Amino acid sequence: MKKEGEPIIIVEGLTARYGDETILEDVSFQVRRGEVFVVVGGSGCGKSTLLKHMIGLHRPAAGKVVIEGVEITAEDQTGIDEVRKEIGVLFQSSALFGSMSLAENVALPLREYTDLPSPAIDLIVRMKLGMVNLAGYENHLPSEISGGMKKRAALARAMALDPEILFFDEPSAGLDPVTSAELDRLIHRINEGMGTTMVVVTHELDSIFNIAHRVIMLDKSERGIIAEGDPHDLRDHSTDPRVASFFHRRPQTD
Amino acid sequence: MIWKLGRRMRLARTQVAGEDLEGAMGQRDSFSIRREGVDGGEITVAISGRLAVENFKDAMMEIQLLWRDPPPSSLTVDLEGVDYLDSAGALLLDRLETEAQARSIPFRFVNLNERARGIMSLVDKAALRTQPLKPFGETQGFFEYLGEAVTRFVTDLYEVLAFVGELLRALGRALTHPKSVRWGEVRYYMQRVGVDGLPIVALISFLLGLIMAFMSSLQLKQFGANIYVASLVGIGMVRELGPIMTAILVAGRSGSAFAAEIGTMEVNEEVDALTVMGFDPTTFLAVPKVLAAVMVLPILTVFADVFAIAGGLLVGVTGLDLTIYTYLQQTMKTMTVFDIVSGLVKSMAFAMLIAGIGCQRGFQVKGGAQAVGAATTSAVVSALFLIIVADSAFAVVLHYIS
Repeated sequence: MKKEGEPIIIVEGLTARYGDETILEDVSFQVRRGEVFVVVGGSGCGKSTLLKHMIGLHRPAAGKVVIEGVEITAEDQTGIDEVRKEIGVLFQSSALFGSMSLAENVALPLREYTDLPSPAIDLIVRMKLGMVNLAGYENHLPSEISGGMKKRAALARAMALDPEILFFDEPSAGLDPVTSAELDRLIHRINEGMGTTMVVVTHELDSIFNIAHRVIMLDKSERGIIAEGDPHDLRDHSTDPRVASFFHRRPQTD
Repeated sequence: MIWKLGRRMRLARTQVAGEDLEGAMGQRDSFSIRREGVDGGEITVAISGRLAVENFKDAMMEIQLLWRDPPPSSLTVDLEGVDYLDSAGALLLDRLETEAQARSIPFRFVNLNERARGIMSLVDKAALRTQPLKPFGETQGFFEYLGEAVTRFVTDLYEVLAFVGELLRALGRALTHPKSVRWGEVRYYMQRVGVDGLPIVALISFLLGLIMAFMSSLQLKQFGANIYVASLVGIGMVRELGPIMTAILVAGRSGSAFAAEIGTMEVNEEVDALTVMGFDPTTFLAVPKVLAAVMVLPILTVFADVFAIAGGLLVGVTGLDLTIYTYLQQTMKTMTVFDIVSGLVKSMAFAMLIAGIGCQRGFQVKGGAQAVGAATTSAVVSALFLIIVADSAFAVVLHYIS
């Protein structure tokens, strides 16, 4: 079995640019296997940009991203397809395919990447939907269910192939506190049960304290990481006023 | 493949020590099931290797074989050799346990480690038995389908009529209160429909004129009636083909664009936003598009006529020994103001239809990306249909007027 605690994602000297605007400059960090790693920061600090670079949707201006020993930012894109089967992404807007039922959404990667017969796929799909408490909703269309249910269905789809790493972009955005707490618990349970590494981008303080093993905080003016560590530790002991005001949820006054 | 080996070993009822697990770990599909014990007696199943989604099918088949007659009196599953388990594997183990229980066979796991226990706890047994809350796409009978198609057609007709009423009201208001119209938008759409559409309209009509002249010259030459090529191209284009061809091109270019634009706005709740802000979506979105199309399509038609005549002229001059002057003189002699005006009036009517149906199909969108695609297709198809129907009506009416 693969060892827990070894680095699974390595980001080195990552610089992200849109046109002339530099969003992130020389950012380096590592995510360890089996941990829930949370990226926090105020709006516009480049959290989502960082995530898009980590899942290979954007190419960095400089630096590299290595997932499971494969450099996904390399010129030669041969490794990236293999890595894509090892990662699952939960998008902010769920990104379920509107023309497919929930079961078809979840079954899509199973049908494309495995040679399982239909009954086996159905069984796995029912299990996945059961894991996210959506048992019985196989034949519903995404437009027929609520936002929280869409998020959970998208999570079931992201988990279809039991990826090593799950990425979450603002999982609790637009959800009520109860649904949001349930999603946090689900993330926690899956991490505990399957040992899945999770990278979560969020600015919901409650979620951060509930699920995070380790956080990094990004800052807009710094264009990089200003704090790293356990969220409770950062809240109680950080001397940086920006970090302290974020974790205490108070306005930053000069 | 080790699992095949595993099966052969089991049939031979021999015990073979697990394969080299270290070597197997690197291989993705290494997996084996070993069975110990006698048929009908206490049976121990030792699973080793990767119990994961890629081995699901094979493992499922192996497991089915366990229930052959005579079934075991008790079943023990040894997971010591399992070096990777995912949720599909956990599902398999769960199935094994459930089926054993259903057959009242005493069942237990041995060497179930912490990680495997964690994954198995995620499998919700109740969820697997839950029936879908909604049946999967029921199949329709012929009559049911027919009935639904008729209802859909009638509803569609009703919706189009309602939209026509709304659009006419909004246009009436725009005429009486010209300041309420968003003229900036109108100008933008005039450019999109007109200026941007001119190159393709010009090219197609030039070629059309060329082809018409060439085809007709082959026949008319035999009678020495070369000069009538000019009349044929002129009259044919100005009265019929000019307005129709331009309308078809604009329906494809702009009618579809209107439907896609409004449809996407509908999906993004932008139309709802307009409504609650106190704007009438028809006035706000449809009127500028319709006005722009109505103003620009006649102009495009004039261009189409001119380019078609130029195409005919090229054939006339190069292939039929006509001079430019004679050709143009003949063209002008055959055409009446009535021909030109009726063509332009027709093109205005087509513009109303194209832009109107484009907007209406856009407003109809419910759902997501696929609905936008369907609306776009429907906008073009409906526009083409309506153009032909309207043209036939014009043909009859104009015949009696002239």
